[in-house]
Amino acid sequence: MEKERHVLVIFPHPDDEAFGVSGTISLHIDNGTPVTYACLTLGEMGRNMGNPPFATRETLPKIRKEELEEAARVLGIQDLRMLGYRDKTVEFEDEEMLANRLGAIIGETNPSLVITFYPGYAVHPDHDATGAAVIRAVKELPADKRPKVHCVAFSNNCEEEIGQADVVNDVSAVIDRKIAAIKAHASQTQLMAANMEESIKNQDPEVLARMYKERFWTYKI
Amino acid sequence: MEPAVMEQVQKEIDRLAGKEVFIHLETTNGAYASHFDETFFSSGAYIRNAQLVYEHGKVTGKGPYRVGLKMNFGWVYAEGITHFEVDEENRLLLAGHDFSGKLAVALQISETPFE
Repeated sequence: MEKERHVLVIFPHPDDEAFGVSGTISLHIDNGTPVTYACLTLGEMGRNMGNPPFATRETLPKIRKEELEEAARVLGIQDLRMLGYRDKTVEFEDEEMLANRLGAIIGETNPSLVITFYPGYAVHPDHDATGAAVIRAVKELPADKRPKVHCVAFSNNCEEEIGQADVVNDVSAVIDRKIAAIKAHASQTQLMAANMEESIKNQDPEVLARMYKERFWTYKI
Repeated sequence: MEPAVMEQVQKEIDRLAGKEVFIHLETTNGAYASHFDETFFSSGAYIRNAQLVYEHGKVTGKGPYRVGLKMNFGWVYAEGITHFEVDEENRLLLAGHDFSGKLAVALQISETPFE
């Protein structure tokens, strides 16, 4: 993995960082690279409330905010920003204003690498809209000022259309922190985390591949 | 939240009838439903802070419950209500959780706007 000057992670939901990227974030932090995480919403519209439910529609954002702060603490992210958008509405925001807002954060933090979702290949409309706004913001920079952009893609058709990921990070050295970050989002991952640990213990090859290898597509601006 | 108890829910619906209230109404199958099952037709809707007055409302069914609020000019309806809570701001929160505990429907009534 290349040593970066500064890594800026931009995702719409608390926990988006945990599954596909938290190992990579940990590796960068271990490398001494500062990481900024800009999280657009508080996942207000999540469906997981605990079973039996311990959260309501109205308490969920507060719970998820604390979980996000805990995940950031576990990963060692010093600069966590919550941008105050609302879950499920990102695609309906004014695109230029959203791109400008993200562009301002890119300008301020001056990252050498931005990590976000691959627009069109990230399943959730908020993911696609966030990725699109990041790409738009990066395009507006002069070519020699643009950071690299690594995108997360996981739609069913993504490999057919955009090929294989060109960046694959082996995060086995920091797997404990990755699992801790996933667990920090307890309201969303309670059941999944238990199954996942069991699968890792049983060396389930599919789960191991997904957990230990984080895959990115470099976006060609 | 607690499992919905018809009498208590009805009492709360009655308490808020005839008042200017704010409604959060939502149905959802989650943003990933069609990703995990491409034969699944994903749909959902929500409205947050619709301001209205209902003349009367009723909770019916054997659980999961249905709730209907009759307005001068229309209706508010939700189906699949399993849980309820009156929160510290005295808002009536009704929710339907599916068999795995995930939220499927929400109907919330408040005298002040939701955040």
